[in-house]
Amino acid sequence: MKFNEVGNRLYTGETSVDFAGKRKVWYLASFVILAVSLFGLFGRGLNLGIEFEGGAKFNVPSTISVEDARNIVKAAGVPTSVIIAVGNERLEIQTPPLEQAEIESFITKIAADFKVEPSLITTQSVGPSWGADITRQALIGLGVFLLLVILFLTVYFEIRMAVAAIVALLHDLLITVGVYAITGFEVTPATVIGILTILGYSLYDTVVVFDKVKENTRGIIAQSRLNYRESANLALNQTLIRSINTSIVALLPVAAILIVGVGILQAGTLKDLALALFVGIAAGTYSSIFIATPFLVQLKERQPDIQALARRVHARRSNAGTDGPEAMKVSGNASLAIQVLQAGPRTQPKRNTRSKRKKS
Amino acid sequence: MSAANRSRPGRSLILLLIVLASTVAWTYWPGASHEAKLGLDLRGGTQVILTPELAPGAEGVLTQDQINQTVEIIRQRVNGFGVAEAEVTVQGSGANAAIVVTVPGVNPEGITNLLKQTARLDFRAVLAAGSGIQVANPSPSPSATPLPQPTELPVQAATSEELYDQYLSLNCLTPGLLQGGRSDDPTKYMLTCSKDGFEKFVLAPAFITGDQVSDSQATLPQQGAGGWMVTLDFDSAGATKLSEASISLSKLPSPQNRFGIVLDGLVVSAPFFSEPILGGKAQIEGSFTAEEAKQLSQVLRYGALPVTLNIAESTSISPTLGQDQLSAGLLAGVIGLVLVAAYLLIYYRALGFVAVFSLVLAAFFTWLFIIGLGRTIGFTLTLAGIAGAIVAIGITADSFIVYFERIRDEIRDGKTLRVATELGWTRARRTMLAADFVSLLAAIVLYALSVGSVRGFAFTLGLTTVIDVLVAFWFTHPLVTYFGKSKWAENGGILTGVSRKRLTAGSIILIESEKK
Repeated sequence: MKFNEVGNRLYTGETSVDFAGKRKVWYLASFVILAVSLFGLFGRGLNLGIEFEGGAKFNVPSTISVEDARNIVKAAGVPTSVIIAVGNERLEIQTPPLEQAEIESFITKIAADFKVEPSLITTQSVGPSWGADITRQALIGLGVFLLLVILFLTVYFEIRMAVAAIVALLHDLLITVGVYAITGFEVTPATVIGILTILGYSLYDTVVVFDKVKENTRGIIAQSRLNYRESANLALNQTLIRSINTSIVALLPVAAILIVGVGILQAGTLKDLALALFVGIAAGTYSSIFIATPFLVQLKERQPDIQALARRVHARRSNAGTDGPEAMKVSGNASLAIQVLQAGPRTQPKRNTRSKRKKS
Repeated sequence: MSAANRSRPGRSLILLLIVLASTVAWTYWPGASHEAKLGLDLRGGTQVILTPELAPGAEGVLTQDQINQTVEIIRQRVNGFGVAEAEVTVQGSGANAAIVVTVPGVNPEGITNLLKQTARLDFRAVLAAGSGIQVANPSPSPSATPLPQPTELPVQAATSEELYDQYLSLNCLTPGLLQGGRSDDPTKYMLTCSKDGFEKFVLAPAFITGDQVSDSQATLPQQGAGGWMVTLDFDSAGATKLSEASISLSKLPSPQNRFGIVLDGLVVSAPFFSEPILGGKAQIEGSFTAEEAKQLSQVLRYGALPVTLNIAESTSISPTLGQDQLSAGLLAGVIGLVLVAAYLLIYYRALGFVAVFSLVLAAFFTWLFIIGLGRTIGFTLTLAGIAGAIVAIGITADSFIVYFERIRDEIRDGKTLRVATELGWTRARRTMLAADFVSLLAAIVLYALSVGSVRGFAFTLGLTTVIDVLVAFWFTHPLVTYFGKSKWAENGGILTGVSRKRLTAGSIILIESEKK
């Protein structure tokens, strides 16, 4: 079946993936991933860059081997250092915190040994307390943002949707941070930026899906054809193509940054940022479909009126008997397809009756 | 649909044209710089982030007043250093304040050390004073070797005689002299200039140090005569020294009856004693404007609680690496744009064209604003900012996808294309606004609460979100409306992206409803 045909059938409900019903499967999958993330986070910890730990970083344009470079650095009086080859033409030297005077003399010494102009050596030096300040500010920012978002989503949707959206968001953040802990990629301010962007993106995705859920479930209490779970699930299926497209389109520029960051610059802001984004957007797409909505349905099904609705729908179906119309045989998802056919693609009972009236 | 609700695509497009034209005019205003202001990571240079802290031993809390004064001192040092386009800004306030010094281009040696010196405030008696711009030697003889000129200020020595020759030849306007920030020993004699460079002085060792000033205020005298003045209160040790100095100095002729108020090695003000001052309370009168009086009293208050500066972060990037990063960032942007455009064209066909045009327009707007805001509010484009803009390509395209998928949904429901574009818009609009609002919220919170590169990123993200809304409302929607009215699109060819045949294919329900 072609992609666009899948989209059409998803829209009507003829083809339907039971996202909301099989939530235990998705929860289990996420639970495993989150457990691994937490294990990595508390077991291995994050590989924090000098911006957080304090220290100095030197970028030297040189083709000397890492081994030779280590000797040069030792000779210059800095015994402990990390030296990384960045591509073929640059070396990155990380040292513990140094005084400003030490940095200047260090550059003069190694510039002579590496045979480069001192002005071509890029340096970065960070005091130990400054990194803690930045981290604290970022965490405060995160807290304020989450509060404001809960407020906005509660006003725009409702409190349960706000909670579900935030749960999905925390899920994405934890996975992204977990990937960094497990792989040992260095966490730099660019990584933090990437993670903060995920905040916005993950929510964007969830808002789009929830908007459709909200639309589909408007006036749901007044009818008895579909229960909340089916209605929300139909919304998910209807927005599935959209979710896939938006994710692909969001990932393409990130992929471009990643290609250029890894391929040309080999290190630095672009690579760090794109990595975090890539993981985060992927997790965000997954969570808005598999976590946010199923969790929302779970929350909603605790409401008495939604429970009453589910009972009404159930009673109606048992009375209707088994002989369904044509679509039932076509679709694998019998009960839903019957209901959709009766309700019309938009699942709004009022409109359906009006169109029937016009016909007759 | 009511008349008020009917969209008027022509109007929106004209509105957009007006906005676009005024943005172009604003950005390319004659006489201003027409290039984006690039951050250090893109052009090379040095950035030092300093965190101010009370000097050890001093009690109290850091006030905004003192931070402002510290910034003034640093600004004087940086400007005196003679580097072009250096910038000093403050981020945050109070205990979280950070002073960011940015020096583009090649790293000037020693600037970091210069910045972190704690500035002293001292009162010193004037031994000699003269015009800071060197006048010709009184007896120019061809055989006389030119006197050595100081290359740094202040010059200090154990006796005033040692300084006298240099005093004669000193030209205060020599580049690099008025930067201050060098060690200032209060027990030694000193040769220096006034802050503005118009006067030069030989000064005696300090008779009062800054910590002996307990308060200073700018006031207008009760009678209102004589304009603004600055009052000074001293502690008991300061009061004793003041009375001793004023008794002896006030008898002397000018300029020896003057004293220099020296901040960070440069003379801020050099008033004279008109009479002995005995009570520990003094006032400096002169033809001060309100602003000058306030500045002087701020300088005097600073002395009581000098600020030490910690180097929180110092980064220097060579211009070649900056150039590499800039081209890499732009390349990533182009690749990203091309990939997204290709995907949109393949998937949405004719509608994809509208989307690609909208994206290019959004990119153009972003570029204009980056240049214009660089000039007006000093917005600096960093690598993180470029990354933010590239990520925004995807997020902007996402709003078009939300819109287009809505139109396709309406067509599946059996609406005509013209109705589908309108209904799709009203439904997609709400979703887009809600989602964009969340993005904007993230950008604003990040911008307000963060420092350094995160800020640049947040700014670009917020900017592009606003542009996204603007382009979607005034460009994409009107264009799609025209598209919906066209015969070609209504016929639903395969290239339109809204072919009814394709949008019902494979679904029995949709095909059935189509037959009805």
